[in-house]
Amino acid sequence: MTPPRLELTGIAAGYADLPVLQDISLTIGPGEFVSILGPSGAGKSTLFRLLTGALKPARGEILFDGRPLDTGSSPFAFMPQRDALMPWRRIIDNTTLGLEVQGISRHQARKRVEPLFDEFGLSGFERHYPSALSGGMRQRAALLRTVVQNRPMLLLDEPFGALDALTRAGMHRWLENMWMRHQWTAMLVTHDVREAVHLSDRIYVLSPRPAAIIEVVDIPLPRPRVRTGVAGAEAARIETAILDTLLSPYEGQSS
Amino acid sequence: MLMQFYRGLPALIAITLLLLGWEAYARLSGISPTVLPAPYRVIEQAWIYRQPLWENTLPTIRATVFGFACSLTVAFLLSVLVDFFNPLRQALFPIFIISQTLPLVAIAPLVVLWFGFGLAPKILLVALVTFFPMLVALTQGYQSTEEEFEQLLASMGAPKWKRFLLARLPSALPYFFAGLRISITYAVVGAIFAEYAGAAKGLGIYILNAKNNFRPDLVLAAVLVSAVLTLILFGLTLLIQRLAMPWTRSALGSGR
Repeated sequence: MTPPRLELTGIAAGYADLPVLQDISLTIGPGEFVSILGPSGAGKSTLFRLLTGALKPARGEILFDGRPLDTGSSPFAFMPQRDALMPWRRIIDNTTLGLEVQGISRHQARKRVEPLFDEFGLSGFERHYPSALSGGMRQRAALLRTVVQNRPMLLLDEPFGALDALTRAGMHRWLENMWMRHQWTAMLVTHDVREAVHLSDRIYVLSPRPAAIIEVVDIPLPRPRVRTGVAGAEAARIETAILDTLLSPYEGQSS
Repeated sequence: MLMQFYRGLPALIAITLLLLGWEAYARLSGISPTVLPAPYRVIEQAWIYRQPLWENTLPTIRATVFGFACSLTVAFLLSVLVDFFNPLRQALFPIFIISQTLPLVAIAPLVVLWFGFGLAPKILLVALVTFFPMLVALTQGYQSTEEEFEQLLASMGAPKWKRFLLARLPSALPYFFAGLRISITYAVVGAIFAEYAGAAKGLGIYILNAKNNFRPDLVLAAVLVSAVLTLILFGLTLLIQRLAMPWTRSALGSGR
């Protein structure tokens, strides 16, 4: 049996006297879309810092394709919370940023991203500056910048948090389609239950800090996911169940 | 284009009114032109003395440009060094701040005493007054870099110098140009002041001589020239900024 793409076992981590992650174990197989769902401040960004090597775990083990993470080259392509498009670079030059960092010439890098602009709904905007684009387009450009790096796995850090609800719903459908076509291995961190249910094969639900995994939810619904009929009702049921787990045991503490 | 003209209109009206008021006062009050010459007379004399004025403007331009170029180069190199080695910043910044507290009136004659009447003391003084604002502007500019750009670049595996080139340096551009606009006006004043303290030729020494000859009209004519010179340099920095930061233009166009 091939090892899972990413496997975390019994991870604990934190800073000085602040334990952030208590006991995190999770696995992500090749081509799987997995979400980490938790309240804000639950240590989602600490998880990313562990994966990118900026922080060492106090306990536990991180394996990628069966081997410990090596500090030299990261297997992850990272998409930050806000799009982080550089205002002084044209869209095409923003999308080639990762390739440029890898030392690929500007000309070569452009040739590699250019064919993808159509699929990402950005054709005609190659030469525009980010400020001329709508929020949804900017986010698609940010995703394009992430996937052209050709890393084995995508890390998406609340990528749609800054978008309005309608644009966000559109982005969910679009991203699901893209994922079905490309079979990326992806880990999404979010606090949007609907987003997690729409996109994921499996959801890990985190408790508030110090975070542990309080529930693992498999979502066996057919793709592309819809909000109608039996599947839609099932999705709604899962959403409610997750919301209940997230809210009920802590309602008393939050006030 | 028309928009910009309309935006400049109030300033134009204010300046015209000011000049008209001055002209009226100078003519109607019977004040001697050796005390307060009318604007018309200043311009008339400036035209008559255009040859010596121009000959004295050239050295001032030279001192300003050379001095400013020196200070810009050193400020940039130091800003990069300081950005990479923080202890250096802690060691040097107090010295720079003290250098800004020195009164120019005291320093200028000393510098002339040490370096003579040539170009060197002017360059030095211009550099002294412009160096610090440029350095501060650049350092602040680097620090204004958005955290996310650096995180993103780090996740792509960019080493520190690449993060500097791709994120910190471009982030500093608006600050750099703000500093440039302030410093360029200091630079002209600094050059004239250095000449005032001792020079063979230059607007500063021209002003000094005109004053000693009881020619306030020629003093003001030289002032007019220096003002025009400063405005031209100021305009040049705006032009360079537009060329160097094309994305700010397109942002305006798209209304975001």
